[in-house]
Amino acid sequence: MSDVTRLTMTEALALLNKGEVTSVDLTKAHLAGMESARNLNAYITETPEKALAMAGESDKRRKAGQTGLLEGIPLAIKDLFCTEGVQTTAGSHILEGFKPAYESSVTTNLWNQGAVMLGKANLDEFAMGSSNMTSYYGAVKNPWKRQGDDRDLVPGGSSGGSAAAVAACLAMGATGTDTGGSIRQPAAFCGIVGIKPTYGRCSRFGIVAFASSLDQAGPMTRTVADAALMLKAMAGHDPKDSTSAPQSVPDFTKSVGASIKGLKVGVPKEYKPDGLSAEIIGAWDKGLAWLKEAGAEIVEVSLPHTKYALATYYIVAPAEASSNLARYDGVRFGLRVPGNSLDEMYMKTRAEGFGREVKRRILIGTYVLSAGYYDAYYAKAQKLRTLIASDFRQAFERADVLLTPTAPTPAFGLGENLDDPITMYLNDVFTIPTSLAGLPGLSLPVGLSSDGLPLGLQLIGRPFDEETVFKAAHVMETAAQFKRWEAR
Amino acid sequence: MAYLIEGDTGPWEIVVGLEVHAQVVSNAKLFSGAATAFGADPNSQVSFVDAAFPGMLPVINEICVEQAVRTGLGLKAQINLESVFARKNYFYADLPQGYQISQYEKPLVGEGQVIVDLNDGRSTVVGIERLHVEQDAGKSMHDQHPTKSCIDLNRSGVALMEIVSRPDIRSPDEAGAYLRKLRSILRYLGTCDGNMEEGSMRADVNVSVRKSGEEYRTRCEIKNVNSVRFVMQAIEVEARRQIELYESGGTVLQETRLFDPGRGETRSMRSKEHAHDYRYFPDPDLLPLKLSPDFVAQIKASLPELPDEKKDRFVRDFGLTPYDAGVLVVDRASADFFESVAKGRDSKLAANWVMGDLFGALNSTGKTIDTSPVSAAHLGELIDLITDGTLSGRLAKDVFALMVESGKAPSVLVEEKGLKQVTDTGAIETVIDQVMAANADKVAEYRSGKDKLFGFFVGQVMKASGGKANPGLVNDLLKSKLAG
Amino acid sequence: MSLDKATVQKIAYLARIEVKDEELEPLAKELSGILHWVEQLSEVNTEGVAPMTSVAGDLALPMREDKVSDGGYPEKVLQNGPETTNGFFLVPKVVE
Repeated sequence: MSDVTRLTMTEALALLNKGEVTSVDLTKAHLAGMESARNLNAYITETPEKALAMAGESDKRRKAGQTGLLEGIPLAIKDLFCTEGVQTTAGSHILEGFKPAYESSVTTNLWNQGAVMLGKANLDEFAMGSSNMTSYYGAVKNPWKRQGDDRDLVPGGSSGGSAAAVAACLAMGATGTDTGGSIRQPAAFCGIVGIKPTYGRCSRFGIVAFASSLDQAGPMTRTVADAALMLKAMAGHDPKDSTSAPQSVPDFTKSVGASIKGLKVGVPKEYKPDGLSAEIIGAWDKGLAWLKEAGAEIVEVSLPHTKYALATYYIVAPAEASSNLARYDGVRFGLRVPGNSLDEMYMKTRAEGFGREVKRRILIGTYVLSAGYYDAYYAKAQKLRTLIASDFRQAFERADVLLTPTAPTPAFGLGENLDDPITMYLNDVFTIPTSLAGLPGLSLPVGLSSDGLPLGLQLIGRPFDEETVFKAAHVMETAAQFKRWEAR
Repeated sequence: MAYLIEGDTGPWEIVVGLEVHAQVVSNAKLFSGAATAFGADPNSQVSFVDAAFPGMLPVINEICVEQAVRTGLGLKAQINLESVFARKNYFYADLPQGYQISQYEKPLVGEGQVIVDLNDGRSTVVGIERLHVEQDAGKSMHDQHPTKSCIDLNRSGVALMEIVSRPDIRSPDEAGAYLRKLRSILRYLGTCDGNMEEGSMRADVNVSVRKSGEEYRTRCEIKNVNSVRFVMQAIEVEARRQIELYESGGTVLQETRLFDPGRGETRSMRSKEHAHDYRYFPDPDLLPLKLSPDFVAQIKASLPELPDEKKDRFVRDFGLTPYDAGVLVVDRASADFFESVAKGRDSKLAANWVMGDLFGALNSTGKTIDTSPVSAAHLGELIDLITDGTLSGRLAKDVFALMVESGKAPSVLVEEKGLKQVTDTGAIETVIDQVMAANADKVAEYRSGKDKLFGFFVGQVMKASGGKANPGLVNDLLKSKLAG
Repeated sequence: MSLDKATVQKIAYLARIEVKDEELEPLAKELSGILHWVEQLSEVNTEGVAPMTSVAGDLALPMREDKVSDGGYPEKVLQNGPETTNGFFLVPKVVE
């Protein structure tokens, strides 16, 4: 057996079924890979003992003829998912050492389907960032580098550790969460597949909240088929999350390989802002050509409020975050910095426990909700959100799926874009509207930039129509023949 | 008579509105499955949701919604078929989320009213502005540790109804009567046990004063007052404080104050004042609460008869005075007790026995209507024995005392103690003859015109019969015998 | 909206985040920059547009049965606490 870490989940499951490899073999290979690639800093916590124990159990189950959808598959879990008895930090100092006595619903679903946990993947602090540079536990390095340039690049964020781990074969797949692009943008930067499903598709129970009306979990994998399989395992209605959709989960894997003849693919004209690089436009055109070749029809659509999505997001998300992060107060868990009074303890704990970007967003969020400003900022943003969502509804009257770039640039250098928060926020310009409307969005790699970095395109679907997204994605994946091993 | 406080500059009127926090009767908390029972070990009735652990989410308890709707209907209020839960953001040690899930712009219940019966027999109407559902906070204890406060989250997440009155209350008495009436309604509905000692009902009291005919002046909010008596006292002392301030040329600041019953004063809670800004916004973890008209109609159909209707019926059907009816309907158990005693009997007699002898006995033995040693059936039987002449009024009192003591049926006691009234004419005549023979001189005096002696003969006959002779028969027979 | 130092101080207190005096000025500038940028929304006419609080807004709020199904594990609730005693969480003494 050559390097089993390079297998896709689908390939690995076939070998496991044939008995040519065991889950323990797969897990050991990944643990070895993780050890040798620690310089990437993809994991905050590695859980080798737990991983081997889970793999052993999985092999026993397989022998007994009980196999789940992901039986024996080793995964990385973004450190935003609470995992019972395993440190869960959300990338923040304020949760350092926190060991939940409970398990998130999504990870529970994964373990019920036989998956194995390798460790907890690094991320931007509280999932706030597009570079993974805001993690208290250090930046993550993108396994990709520009051709002939040894400088380290960011993996994107916030699910940067997950994306780097999957791209560097330190996990067969990883969970991510996406609030404004946190699955899709790092997937694009690292040359992998990532899908943020429809809001409500995956339970939020046990996921450290950033912005509750936007947060959504999803899979990050190396192929579309793997993403379809893993999403199927993660998703499902959860009575513990009041916003979880009471919908049955289709067999997404059946969409992989299905025909797209007659499919109407929409191209939003507002997604070609001035200054968008020719390379990105080129990749986009290539994607459209592949779909057309497979029988799809290309239609132009308009999403007129697109230009306001970013500003809308940077009101709504910080507002919710300012409230969601109030519970980190040094009383029941996590960091406490002593103070002479309750207020002093709160203020010192939160000043030291939160990093700069998190504090910035909490303050903005506090301000936009405060007396006298609510209507001008928060209520206004919610109305814009209505308009943005209705733009998509109208576009989907003409198209079945939309194709856009995932990010305006490929991966940038570690330490770049830190000076101006707004420049950093622009990374998510193409992913945020989808999040505001709660729609499914998938990013897949379609090629390399001139300096050898992966470029991603985004497919956007109707609510709860991930199936169409997977269909189109697989057609593009097949046409793209993306050389995903360039990373190593 | 309007309640006015006489100041140096003339009379002042007081204006009071109450925000009552009533704990909803439910097994589990509003947004978690943890228990609500009172008095458990610290933090033993706390779920990860109540302690606001990372990633925890609220899911609403259906019964709490139902109870709030039931209460709204009991307050004759508008039920809003769509309401919204909002976060009220502030930091406090016993508020784990850093926000309270409450309702702000769209409460579950809109305007209603409470008819308040006053001691002088008048009634007045206090408007209800709204009722909304919210979570309770935990408990901070400041006296258990020398340098720390101790936090117990057992109460955290318990469902509360905040019932906000209009500023329609004009005296401490009215405030007391309003609270008692509200408590009575909540208990009839079974939506809150009304137990102020255990904190199931607390009031925030808004007080201002004004000269007659003026617009409202600045109010102060006295937080968390936990008994009817304290609410009344707090209003009085706060009103006097404000009047003194105005009359000495000062102004009243809108602020939150605390009532100290020991010192009989209110004082400013400056800690609560500092930069309060609750930053309400709709809770993104919850969807709008939408109720179907059917859901509300079903609850409406299951409402019990409430104190006001019961009172009207008691006046109408039993011929009671409004005052008596009002006393009897304060709690449902007393009203039910009365009703089963009065059914098919002389209702005024029944009311007198329930309100007089029974309430007196309960009071002196420290019992309640639910633990009454005298059952409604037994009291009814006693009244039957009076009505059919088996017992005289006096004997009945003796029997009742024995019933309180023993819990036995009056018929059993009459039998055991031989307390039955004598109605046998022959037997009474024999006693009369003996009394007349023993008092021949008095008989002669009576016959010569000293009528007043009649009472003496009655007394002697009753005494000789051991109190058991029927007084009516004694009267008739004596008259004819003395007449010769 | 440009934030002054006093406003930054006020919102930092509302959010219970200590901000050192020397940080106030740069922070005020930074936050003002973001606020200026988001104020572009004011150019959109939103009259008569309903605010969207949730994309799942069409769903009914699911309700739970009134059953005691959680709690009863004080040791788990307390085990991550920075300071606990006798089943309580401890905080600096609060004077009311």
